[in-house]
Amino acid sequence: MQRTRHSAPVLGLAFVAAFVSLVPLWYLVTQSLSQGLHTFSEELFQQRTLTLLWRSSILAGSVTVASVVIGIFTAWVTTMSGLRGRTFLTIAFSLPLAIPSYLAAFAWVSWLPSITGFAGAFIVLTAACYPYVMLPVSAAMARLNPVHEDVARTMGRNSAQIFREVVLPQLRRPIASGALLVALYALSDFGAVAAMRHEVFTWVIYGAYRAGFNPTRAATLSLVLVVAAFALTFAESLVRGKDAGQARNSAARTRRKNRSLRSRLTIITLSISILAPAIGVPVVMIVGWLNRTSTRGIDWTSVWTTTAQSFVNGSATAIVTLLLSLPVAWCAVRLRGRFAAFPERLTYITHALPGIVVAISVVYVGIRVVRPWYQELPLLIFGQVIIFLPVMVASIRAALEKTPVSLEEVAQSLGTNSWRTLLRVTLPIALPGIMAGSALTMLAAVKELPVTLLLRPTGMNTLSTRIWDFSTISDYAAVAPYALSMLIVAALPTALLGTLSAMKDGES
Amino acid sequence: MKSFRRSLAAVAALSLLVTACGSSDSSSDTTVATDDTTVTVYSGRSEELVKELFDQFTAETGISVDARYGDSGEMAALLLTEGSASPADVFFSQDAGALGAVEGNLASLPDSTLSAVEAKYAATSGKWVGVTGRVRVVVYNPTLAPTPPNTIDGLLDSKWSGKIGFAPTNASWQSFVTALRVLRGEDGAEKWLTAFAKNKPVAYEKNGAVRDAVNAGEVALGLVNHYYLLEKIAAEGADKVVAKNQFMASADVGGLVNVAGVGILANAKHKTAAQKFVDFLQSEKAAEYFRTKTYEYILATGAAQPDGLPDFATLNSPSIDLSDLKSLDVTQELLQKVGLLTK
Repeated sequence: MQRTRHSAPVLGLAFVAAFVSLVPLWYLVTQSLSQGLHTFSEELFQQRTLTLLWRSSILAGSVTVASVVIGIFTAWVTTMSGLRGRTFLTIAFSLPLAIPSYLAAFAWVSWLPSITGFAGAFIVLTAACYPYVMLPVSAAMARLNPVHEDVARTMGRNSAQIFREVVLPQLRRPIASGALLVALYALSDFGAVAAMRHEVFTWVIYGAYRAGFNPTRAATLSLVLVVAAFALTFAESLVRGKDAGQARNSAARTRRKNRSLRSRLTIITLSISILAPAIGVPVVMIVGWLNRTSTRGIDWTSVWTTTAQSFVNGSATAIVTLLLSLPVAWCAVRLRGRFAAFPERLTYITHALPGIVVAISVVYVGIRVVRPWYQELPLLIFGQVIIFLPVMVASIRAALEKTPVSLEEVAQSLGTNSWRTLLRVTLPIALPGIMAGSALTMLAAVKELPVTLLLRPTGMNTLSTRIWDFSTISDYAAVAPYALSMLIVAALPTALLGTLSAMKDGES
Repeated sequence: MKSFRRSLAAVAALSLLVTACGSSDSSSDTTVATDDTTVTVYSGRSEELVKELFDQFTAETGISVDARYGDSGEMAALLLTEGSASPADVFFSQDAGALGAVEGNLASLPDSTLSAVEAKYAATSGKWVGVTGRVRVVVYNPTLAPTPPNTIDGLLDSKWSGKIGFAPTNASWQSFVTALRVLRGEDGAEKWLTAFAKNKPVAYEKNGAVRDAVNAGEVALGLVNHYYLLEKIAAEGADKVVAKNQFMASADVGGLVNVAGVGILANAKHKTAAQKFVDFLQSEKAAEYFRTKTYEYILATGAAQPDGLPDFATLNSPSIDLSDLKSLDVTQELLQKVGLLTK
């Protein structure tokens, strides 16, 4: 058993952090009931609501399944296939994280206008999401004890059977964790489905804001997504099962015997067929846009200042998210007690909400509770923290699960108190995972659009707002320098992420 | 006990961090803003389009403009959510529907402002006024369509099957459909849309793409706003452009004038500056800006119009309370139902 402690203050801190992520709920409930219960139920129980919910479920479901399959495959390629260049492969497969889904969708639509509809939405969202499965699964694969597989092999199982019967069951938890994030993201996305003209549930929410000017209707419908998130989180906790400590891998995974050329080529071909649509198409299109004639020259000063601003915002978001996530993740992994896992569960509840809903909630609460901070940087960071808390918590939780309790217990028996144990034993081992989570959050914050658009200080521009400005007037040549800059800025944390994930377990 | 103190220290450090972020930006709140030195504008028109105009305003009056740009609908939602604590003084919207949605938060404009335009281009409540107008037209290729229709019912003729281009996600097209619903009722609108869908119109992403397709001969007719053709002629020269604009018959709903307008927030902190801003938008200087930059019609009565366009007065756009254009979401549902919006 990994859960060893009681600690009311840390649990208290964790609940505070979790309540931060529930701020949108306060707004949603207030706003949706503002015109009475009758209007509330009217908005909710409409034929179109159910139809679109169904369409969203189909899209989210298929994207999740595809992301899990591709995520497991790419994780296998990087950790267990025996191919050389593990770091390079991990970085390459993580690169789709550097491309915002709306940008990828624009790129696809410019290239193949006929891809609009379900197909386009499916491709873009799967490409954007599979790394959320790949990263935790590859980290888990790297620390699997090969002893079990060797035993199965001596009993006569072939490779495919070993993978299905021995490896996959041990990966249940990272797969479930990644799949949850993918499903929630696919439910909340609007940018990609709008560009692909594939109508799903988020359309009605956006429509209620932009076309119906009816925040009450938008709030009511958003509550449906909250319920969906609740259900999915519950399902994931069932799949995850009671927490079982992972046996630490004491034997280093030796490289498999050399693969045949045919086998290698198959793996490489499959990998390219994943990377080409995921990264190839967007990058090629964006570079192509640079060549189009534009009536304005490239304003390099503007590109530089917006890049710097994006970097600052992203870093600030990552730092604040990290500080808030640490107690939540620690409680989920180490704390005894009935309520220990609650804060972590709570952070997922608002993760299915589209960005505009979180933005409007923070506007509502911010302007009433912390007026001096309204339309200032702190509230913008706060809104982004709400969105990215679950992602960071998941990463830190996975990292903390890696550190064996036995080491901490040894340290304590030698006389160090809890805090020193945390600082000198647990955190250093968990550090790669924590840094990976921070890189992932910073990446996501740089790409983020709706919260930035609504909460930014008047006059502040970031890479994502500039890309949006020029895309809406179809000036793709003007989009290109900002899009490339975003790819470069985002590629740095992605490379860090890839390197950290590829680090062999046990290296200090 | 020790760990409790440590937790407390952590929380204190966190709040210090967050306060530090905030305090660096709070200096702007301590300067006392007098009524006249600055105005906060929420603009549904893009920065690309209107920044220059705002700079002209500052140059002329000395009042600095704090402009926030975004989609008109999102700006309206923002204003509604902010309520009376909104920092905005002026809402400059791309279309009338968004203005209609926030009418409850707007102040009544003075008579001099309202009477500068024809009555149908200002709110019946007197809360907002139109500045420029975009007219819906049929852009046509003279070779493929020597006699284009000038009524929307004329578009339903089967000889145009597969030959009409339109932009399903475009706001102006959707405003037209909303006007159709208002003037013909829900059933009448659905009937027209179903017949239109039967004529297999070709969908394009944007109005510009529709215009280019008509010019290239890919389709014979296109449903766009009047200025797209003028933009192309200005960019490429009149001799290179074969397409022409067909303006609609008098009072036909197809000739809807979409209005970009402005309103002053009831709780504005800089009311004098806001009024000066509105006055500037109705001035000849702003009119000249819109004429040359966007080729839109100027709604101020008696103002000069862009070259090459029919006399605004003769257009006789359909009479409809433009505030009624705020039921855009119902329009989108109808379009989706008829199959004209999404795949």
